[in-house]
Amino acid sequence: MASFTMVEAIRDALAYEMERDERVMVLGLDVGRLGGVFRVTYGLLERFGPDRVVDMPLAEGAILGSSLGLALSGLVPVPEIQFLGFTHQAFHQIGPQLARYRFRSRGRYHCQVTIRAPFGGGVRTPEFHPDAIEAQFVQTPGIKVVCPATPADARGLLLTAIRDPDPVLFIEPQRLYRRGREEVPEGDATVPFGRLRIARPGSDLTLIAWSAAVELCLRAAERLEEEGISAGVLDLRTLVPLDVAGLVAEVSRTGRAVVVHEAPLSAGFGAEIAATLQEECFYSLDAPVARVTAWDSPYPTGPLETWYLPTVERVVRTARRTAAT
Amino acid sequence: MAGYRILDPEGNLLDGARPRLDLEGTVEGLRWMLLSRAFDARATAMHRQGRFGTYSPVRGQEASVVGSSMALDPGLDWIAPSYRELPALIRHGMPLERAFAGYLGKGKAARIPDEVRLLPNQVALATQLQHAVGLAWGLALQRKPGVVMAYCGDGASSEGDFHEACNLAGVKRVPVVFVLVNNQWAISTPRSVQSAGELYRRAEGYGFPGVQVDGNDLLAVYEVAKEAVDRARAGEGPTLIECLTHRQSFHNTTDNPRLYLPEGWLEQAEREDPIRRVEAYLAARGVWDESVRAAVEAEIAEQIEGALEAALALPAAGPADLFDEVYADPPERLRRQREELLGQVGD
Repeated sequence: MASFTMVEAIRDALAYEMERDERVMVLGLDVGRLGGVFRVTYGLLERFGPDRVVDMPLAEGAILGSSLGLALSGLVPVPEIQFLGFTHQAFHQIGPQLARYRFRSRGRYHCQVTIRAPFGGGVRTPEFHPDAIEAQFVQTPGIKVVCPATPADARGLLLTAIRDPDPVLFIEPQRLYRRGREEVPEGDATVPFGRLRIARPGSDLTLIAWSAAVELCLRAAERLEEEGISAGVLDLRTLVPLDVAGLVAEVSRTGRAVVVHEAPLSAGFGAEIAATLQEECFYSLDAPVARVTAWDSPYPTGPLETWYLPTVERVVRTARRTAAT
Repeated sequence: MAGYRILDPEGNLLDGARPRLDLEGTVEGLRWMLLSRAFDARATAMHRQGRFGTYSPVRGQEASVVGSSMALDPGLDWIAPSYRELPALIRHGMPLERAFAGYLGKGKAARIPDEVRLLPNQVALATQLQHAVGLAWGLALQRKPGVVMAYCGDGASSEGDFHEACNLAGVKRVPVVFVLVNNQWAISTPRSVQSAGELYRRAEGYGFPGVQVDGNDLLAVYEVAKEAVDRARAGEGPTLIECLTHRQSFHNTTDNPRLYLPEGWLEQAEREDPIRRVEAYLAARGVWDESVRAAVEAEIAEQIEGALEAALALPAAGPADLFDEVYADPPERLRRQREELLGQVGD
């Protein structure tokens, strides 16, 4: 075990995979000499050299399009997009290309590519930098969507992602990059996709979240406990694949669920969870599945994000109402 | 570093050079450059105090930004900025206090006044070049006067949108001037990583002129820009101007260039400082000295403090701002969300 922040855990996973498999390479903006704008890749250039840790021209389309080609050549690229909001500039290389290449070629080709990208609010970034657009990628079948909430999961899920034969979008919550340390298993401690984590057990209702919203739900659960409501917290870990069995088992037990995410309400991944629960365990539900999300407006800059993001207050209020139904 | 030049780095007029910008205009340009540098210092200090959002200083690039924008007529022409062109925006009519208000997070109060021909700052690199081409094309189609000046950096020149915008501009011969401020760095990525060729030469492939100019030479930048604006106005199509300059400070207030700048790079950049150069030129002509500078700086300081005070007094952003201006006619669901939030937190 080692004590890591999330940044250190991701860096350790990258180094571990690069050491283990010489096909693995990192490419992106400022990832080499600077070590990334968040220093995630700090020290990798010195250790693995400029052919495996590559400072790229400023072109998201080139970073991801060439990653596809690098993968076809037999390498295992782990491209970094500086912020998830800038995948818009390269979406034509993700949804219609990376995600579909296996399908289009009927299995002749596949793309072993893990796209890493920080996202999420709460750190007063400029426009586009915090946008939580993960649901857009869930709508492009062929790519997996992975969203760790803790240092240990970040390391373990990244190992799994890099080894996955198919493309993976690995999104990292910038707010939690250096929030705290925890004991992180070393070596080959992979975390499997499609198995949610019970971040906190609870018997009255279930809060469902991923990435930074997990931490928010944990704080809300503490508040709810003071009011005598036992709220469990589920960390989905991966949106694709989704752990439907795990969700159904937990929510069937409590009969009540609240989904919390940083993306806007309409057509957010919360809608997918609510629909899945009513399909899979309608008769176990004692209350409608509720959602606490950002509003249906663009992510704002500056202090407005305080009112834009879901808050502990809003989660508690909605959970209280759900528990009383 | 070279490119077309009128002044040498010491501020001497090159042999045979006849500046198109007269002394009065040059003093005006210098004033904009000094204002820009003072704004940089104030905004950076405000960020360090936690009162301003992220700020990208213009420092080092003042001659490129000011010299080019001085070729524009704010009553006719448009600017499509990136996010490091503050003095151009102010000269074009953006009130200083509104610029400050933007960095204070007062989005509504920072709105560009209706009469100012300016597009919003853009952080999605090179996307604004496409908008500039469409705007210029539309003006031409409607026989409206006006030239569009679009700014980007050496980093943005690697984006696909750069190529697409230049290509369309050439095909449609639109009245646009692309000002590529090559400050040598895209955060930590040096110019050499962006492209193996000279950036201004790309224009040839798009079918319009490309010019490389010493971006630390106010007089040269002005001349080249004036020529490009005149050509665009006359219906002769686009120009790509590459200004060779330096980013003398950081990418933005979250960046630490000491981690990647080669030793001596900054010192070299400061030796080619664009403000010093034009000051020396004006001093040799008897219209600039320490006391004039002190008076101008005092005036600028007062202007900046006044604008900042005015910005601080403007209404703060409120929760309703999240919902206003998302649509002209907000969907019912969004109206309900607005009511829900205001019911929880008040106005």
